[in-house]
Amino acid sequence: MTTLLDVSALVRRFGGITAVNKIDLAVTAGEFVSIIGPNGAGKTTLFNLISGLDRPDSGTVQFAGETVTGLAPDHIAARGLARTFQHGRVFANLTVRENVLIGAHTRQRAARWPALPIGAALEFVAALIRPTWMRDEQELLDQEVRDILGIFGDRLLPRIDDPAHSLSYANRRRVEIARALALKPKLLLLDEPTAGMNQTETAEMKALIGELKRRGQTILLIEHKLDLVMQLSDRVVVMDDGIKIAEGPPQVVRHDPAVIEAYLGHPTLGAAEKVVAAEAS
Amino acid sequence: MSSWFDYTINGLVVGNIYALLAVGLALIFGVSHLINFAQGSVYSVGAYVGLVCITYLNTPLPLTIAIVLASCGLLGILIERIGLRPLQGRTRIAPLLATIGISLVLDQIVQLVFSAQPRALPSQVPDWRFVIGGGSIGALDLLIAAIGLASAAVLFAFLRFTKLGWAVRATAQDREAAQQMGVDVDRVDSAVFAIASALGGLSGLLVGMYYNNISPAMSFQATLKGIVAQVIGGVGNVPGAIFGSLFLGLTESYGIALFGTSYRNLFAFVILILVLISWPNGLFGGRRSLPPEPLTGTFIAPSRPVLLPFWLVVALVATGLLLPVVVTSPYVIQTLSNAWLYGMLALSLTLVAGTAGQISLGHAALLAIGGYASALLALDLGLSVLVAIPLAGLITGLIGTLLVYPAFGLRGHYVAIATLGIGEIVSLVILNWESLTRGPIGITGIPPLAIGKHDFYSAPAVYWLTFAVLVGLALLQRRLLRSPLGRTLRAIRDDDVAARTYGINPNRYKGLAFAFSGFVAGVSGAITAHLYSYINFETFTSQISVLALTMAILGGLGNVFGAIAAAIALVGLPEIFRVASDYRMLIYGLALLLLIRFRPQGLFGTV
Repeated sequence: MTTLLDVSALVRRFGGITAVNKIDLAVTAGEFVSIIGPNGAGKTTLFNLISGLDRPDSGTVQFAGETVTGLAPDHIAARGLARTFQHGRVFANLTVRENVLIGAHTRQRAARWPALPIGAALEFVAALIRPTWMRDEQELLDQEVRDILGIFGDRLLPRIDDPAHSLSYANRRRVEIARALALKPKLLLLDEPTAGMNQTETAEMKALIGELKRRGQTILLIEHKLDLVMQLSDRVVVMDDGIKIAEGPPQVVRHDPAVIEAYLGHPTLGAAEKVVAAEAS
Repeated sequence: MSSWFDYTINGLVVGNIYALLAVGLALIFGVSHLINFAQGSVYSVGAYVGLVCITYLNTPLPLTIAIVLASCGLLGILIERIGLRPLQGRTRIAPLLATIGISLVLDQIVQLVFSAQPRALPSQVPDWRFVIGGGSIGALDLLIAAIGLASAAVLFAFLRFTKLGWAVRATAQDREAAQQMGVDVDRVDSAVFAIASALGGLSGLLVGMYYNNISPAMSFQATLKGIVAQVIGGVGNVPGAIFGSLFLGLTESYGIALFGTSYRNLFAFVILILVLISWPNGLFGGRRSLPPEPLTGTFIAPSRPVLLPFWLVVALVATGLLLPVVVTSPYVIQTLSNAWLYGMLALSLTLVAGTAGQISLGHAALLAIGGYASALLALDLGLSVLVAIPLAGLITGLIGTLLVYPAFGLRGHYVAIATLGIGEIVSLVILNWESLTRGPIGITGIPPLAIGKHDFYSAPAVYWLTFAVLVGLALLQRRLLRSPLGRTLRAIRDDDVAARTYGINPNRYKGLAFAFSGFVAGVSGAITAHLYSYINFETFTSQISVLALTMAILGGLGNVFGAIAAAIALVGLPEIFRVASDYRMLIYGLALLLLIRFRPQGLFGTV
């Protein structure tokens, strides 16, 4: 098994707060790893550091055998990393189809031409001329978009030409995942894919993520709904106050005293914490 | 050394005047995250209210000041209540555009009432001068300093010790939270606009007395200076705005001492761009932070564009081609040729502002670069006009992109400010680079449009040429929008963070958008230059930039057909119906306001 993602001693401080404090994390190809922890534990900050949206104060991130620490997000995406966002960031005025096609941006031939003025100028000329290979490529991608949307049953396919701003919240989250899949990612980062979803939608999302896992997709997941985490994860990482407080198979982590204390010890008890508490008792 | 003392005093006095403007801008930005482009208009209203008081009513100075404060404060309340409050919850660019519209309307009303001629504003302060060391200070200098200090003190006391002042600070920190705690944020907005406008009007009065000269044109420069001062100190930061104003006043004063008056504004805008790029949060601001996750569709009003059937497009193009055969009035044909040239400008702006989401307020500069490039290529290098025009387009694309490139890292309102500053820099460089551009004299004797030996003098010939170029460029742009590249540009506009996360390098695509946009505008400017046979640094004014933006919004941001239709509506129709030019700007301002309020997606929808 090859290590796909290797995060070591990653630190990010905001003012006086250390949001991510010396986190080590490794994900091997084909693995399903979940990160759990109370709100404000630093999970999303960790995602931002891995995906290049934020730069660590110290520590390194290795992805697919390369050091990518501090690289711009577009460069990291081009190496095969896709992520979704906690609150959803779809392109509101683009249709569902176009949103997913943006996911395939890095796989387009013209977009990969080096970012020198020459490469960009050639991309511009190609867009105006639209040579045969480009049309073929777009047709192929279009078919791929339909295949990806097919995974979501009839949630998105009938709305393929609707602008994303007209979709329901749950559908926007689905579009985000579809867009991420279109990148054909080596590693998929999912930031709370079921946030704000009702029980039916959550169950559907769980089935979908399970299906992705079955297909061999390597996934790093942030999630508060613990039954989903416990059922799907190969390994669970628990964060609190920027520190990794536990790591291991779901069954072990669930009974780890440090984890229980972290959840129960917090003054704000959220839904997820209550679940842990209930399961622990 | 005495002159240095005088320059310092002058810098501090001017800085104090800027401070009165900038503090208001900072307060407004703090509370409603809005850059108020109408601040300069209130300032000029203040100056004219002062004029009425002093020359017609013969009021004593304290009463003059009180009347200016009261009337401008009231004007501020009206601006907020009528122009801006209905836009709450809209796209973030909407109120900014509304303040531009309000500014056009106010400036034009002032011009209609008092004429565009500069007027003398007699100072009511005795002409005493106090000699200190080698220099001297006038009574008016002292008065301005005293008013600056007093205003700062009163403002500080208000924010610190009154309940409404607390409410203002609470709203600035977190609007929603303040609202939930029972703060009447509408009242806070009203109060802030009243204070900002009262101070702005006072600033206009003082500057009028200081230079003994006021004109409606002072408004735009004042807005710019206030914004520059505010950006230096950190947008929304009140003490920062005061510091920025004094800094700007001193820099300008010393700059004039060293290089001469025509460089004065160049300093201001170069500082603006440097600060924006290097310290986007101002010299006092905090460090980088990740932009918050936006709600969806915050930039432009979501809508579905109106799709024109193919036959209709063909029919419209055919009508356009045949028009000179049917319409014999050369006046109408000339007017429409002019509309086609503006149509190119609107196409150019709708691509960067609409498709790529980079609101540019300096687009007239691209026309100027294109016009000068083509004129100089034809005159100095002897190129034929047919070669010079497309070459000028390419040069404009290149220079335009390089000029904006440093500002590619900016977002939202800051892009608008930066492009505004860059536009001013371009026209000031044209003014001062005499060896290349012939400076203030301008370029005369630009060869006319011609193909080979055939000059295009007749109105229909010019019409067909401009129409053909417009249709050609529009088809190219439409093809671009429908390519994967068009999709990428719209993705950057909608959410640049998500776009970057999916492998899009925004700079590469913004660069392409500005290059194509520059080419289109450059061609328009080049044709204009050959048509006019004379251009100077004022041929393409910043009013044209605002007009271009109004066109892009009227047509629907990013909408190719809409841009052309808007050019006909805003340039062609007023001309054909012979609306006086004073009323024309008023119409543009009102059109912009009404559009933003009632049809933000434009006539034909955003693409």
